[in-house]
Amino acid sequence: MNWAALRPARKAPAALWLPGLLAVALTFIPVFYLALRSTEDGWSPWSRAFHTSVPQLLQRSLWLAAVVALFCVAVAVPAAWLTTRADIPARRVWSVLLTVPLAIPSYITALAVVAFLGPKGMLQGWLEPLGVDRLPEVYGFWGAAFTLTCAGYPYVYLVVRAALASADTAEEEASRSLGVSPLRTFFAITLPGLVPALAAGILLSVLYTLSDFGAVSLLNYSTFTRDIFIEYQSSFDRTGAAVLGAILGLVTLLILTSELGVRSWLARGRKRRQAAVRLVPLGRWGVLALAFLSIAVSLALVLPVGVLIYWLINGLRANADFPALAPAVRHSVEMALAGAAITVALAFPVAILSARYGGLLARAAEQAAYVTHALPGLVVALALVFFGIRYATGLYQTVWMLLLAYVILFVPNALSALRGTLVRQPANLEDAAASLGKGPLMAIATVTAPLARPGLAAAFALVFLTIMKELPATLILSPPGYQTLPGLVWSRSTDALYAGAALPALALIAVAAIPVGLLAWKGDIGALES
Amino acid sequence: MILELSNPEPLDCAGVEVRFGSLKAVNGANLQVAAGEIVAILGRSGSGKTTLLRAIAGFERVAAGEIRIGGRVVESTSVSVPAHKRSVGLVFQDYALFPNRTVAANIAYGLPRGSAARVTELLRRGELEGLGGRYPHQLSGGQQQRVAVLRSLAPHPRILLLDEPFSNLDAALRLAMREELVTILRAEGMTAVLVTHDRTDAMAAADRIAVMDAGRVIETATPLNLYMRPSSKESATYAADAQFFPGVANGDTAETPLGTVRLSMPLRGGCEVLIRPEWIGVKGLGVPATVVRRRFEGAHARLVLSVPGIPEFVAVVPSWMAAEANDSFEIGVNVAVPAFATAG
Repeated sequence: MNWAALRPARKAPAALWLPGLLAVALTFIPVFYLALRSTEDGWSPWSRAFHTSVPQLLQRSLWLAAVVALFCVAVAVPAAWLTTRADIPARRVWSVLLTVPLAIPSYITALAVVAFLGPKGMLQGWLEPLGVDRLPEVYGFWGAAFTLTCAGYPYVYLVVRAALASADTAEEEASRSLGVSPLRTFFAITLPGLVPALAAGILLSVLYTLSDFGAVSLLNYSTFTRDIFIEYQSSFDRTGAAVLGAILGLVTLLILTSELGVRSWLARGRKRRQAAVRLVPLGRWGVLALAFLSIAVSLALVLPVGVLIYWLINGLRANADFPALAPAVRHSVEMALAGAAITVALAFPVAILSARYGGLLARAAEQAAYVTHALPGLVVALALVFFGIRYATGLYQTVWMLLLAYVILFVPNALSALRGTLVRQPANLEDAAASLGKGPLMAIATVTAPLARPGLAAAFALVFLTIMKELPATLILSPPGYQTLPGLVWSRSTDALYAGAALPALALIAVAAIPVGLLAWKGDIGALES
Repeated sequence: MILELSNPEPLDCAGVEVRFGSLKAVNGANLQVAAGEIVAILGRSGSGKTTLLRAIAGFERVAAGEIRIGGRVVESTSVSVPAHKRSVGLVFQDYALFPNRTVAANIAYGLPRGSAARVTELLRRGELEGLGGRYPHQLSGGQQQRVAVLRSLAPHPRILLLDEPFSNLDAALRLAMREELVTILRAEGMTAVLVTHDRTDAMAAADRIAVMDAGRVIETATPLNLYMRPSSKESATYAADAQFFPGVANGDTAETPLGTVRLSMPLRGGCEVLIRPEWIGVKGLGVPATVVRRRFEGAHARLVLSVPGIPEFVAVVPSWMAAEANDSFEIGVNVAVPAFATAG
């Protein structure tokens, strides 16, 4: 190890390294308490877990993750290519439509899938007069895979689209000028250039599937997250939940580290595109392309929203029992605003530390962010429950604990968005400020921060959105009686009260669609790329 | 209104070393600059010149040696005055103008509040009146460079450092900006160090040139001395095109394949004589030579000549001179030239 490289070239001011230290310490909490709680009864619960549920859970979770990743890539790559390189009409509108499903959390998609395709669902209601009294089973593996693909493909789409949009087409033009056909050029130049983005997209969707809790639970497909939650709720001794949580955390970490290894092996100098792209004319294939995009948007956007509106209208007609919406909306929006503000405020100095100063602390903060990024929300929430019960009883079952969980969970998202902004900013502007007599903090206040404003806004919108949608930590750590939108949707949908669930679900989508719309329209959505 | 004069101070770099990991980018560089003097650091890319400049500005730590400004140590292994407290101006190669600030706000950035008069005066000085409200991207390259220089001069730095100040300008603008920059620096009486890889820029702008190679300053001399009497073969190649001929020196003259030449510094014994292409006179000077090729370059022409017994060499002549391939001339050298004793 080259220790000289770990020493920052310049001394960072305390206003930067103190938040860095705090970020590392916060990450330490879930990792440490999970390790502690899962091993305090010795290794026998581990060995029991490995002899009973783990092999099957591992197989089921990984199989689901692999199939969802495959489906997501199969939808996202053609969609990304069509919306960046082909002459389809209203390209920007399609782009936004393909991105907007980000506002719909997986458990709401799952709710819509069940309400549409499930027993006593809409489709069966329509088909009953025709004598169809049974539909194929929606619960289980294929239902979960379908739901998670609909909810997850926008993430992969964004990563691939960003890569296609910023790729230097000069290489493709050079290939064409050497007499190589467009098709061979695509396979020889374009596709290999996309491999890093594909790897990143696959990782994103695998981690998304492994940490998803809502969809698999509603669709009764047993994975790590679902079993952890059942174990947590049903048994008095929570060691089993802690052990499974630790194992899931280790699995996600292992996947993340191996993927990072592959990615650095694949890494190549990426150039920004200089010239405008000539769009590929699709001719007669255009109809097929539009059909493909329409199906993708229908399944991810029209289906859930349509089903929810149907149930809402049905409920209004039938005078169904609707939950009081106002407190839940207020709580969710308040938490999302406060959580996003704290998260971005903590992540910004750490991002500056990492993008400008380097050094041991910056590295540690980056690594810590990677670790929490891989940990499923459910696992972090569990760890915070253990931490709260033992060491922070004053915090436990208060909104502060919930905020703490949001900050720990989403600092990595804010960090990677902000770091990208800072890296693209010319670093010598701060040197120029220093040579004109301004200290480091003045330089940040007068140069770095004003220029990073779009990035800060994007990071804020991103974290706001993610907190609005967050389910497991919200369920586990909300104080008793504290209503939130995800909580309302969850309690109604587990009781199959679809009409009652439709109202908070639509409210949640409406609020979450605001940041998604802003990000998608301004094109800052690339900040979501991890 | 009279512009306040700056407060120039001398600069002294002694044995400066800057490391990046195991690489010594600057490896024991020495450089003295007197108050009010303009010195150019001339070197190829990778010679460590920009790194030395950044160490003077306070952006790189030294691993050995020290840097003094006005006699006070600002950088050594134990001392490091932060960049913003050094009062050293730095003009960046890409100008590093703040894109979100107007021209006037860029210039005012390093000044205390209420310095509008100074900003107006600087804008006038840089012939940028009326452009104070524009943003950097709305200016031409030359205007951007002027803003960058004025911004650095505004807070009265003790030294002004310029990193490749002309490299982003096209050839025509380059000449004008060079003149303008020297005029401004002289008027302000600035101590200035400019880094460049362009020998013409260095010669035209600087009082003295420091030649940098592999992290060291191998020679510091006035432009004329570096051109006419370089202290080594190595630094001779930096000032202008150089070609060396074997010779035998007898004090004030030397015998060479191009005839007897006068030496600018006395020497005896076997030597290598520096004869730049433009020092070779053609027609009626005694040594027969044949034109191998002629390369027209506008103002002058380059003749590749051959003389029996030595490799082909080049002479630069006015382009109106009639000379074609296979023509023969009697050539010679009419300038006192430097010679370097042959090693061993």
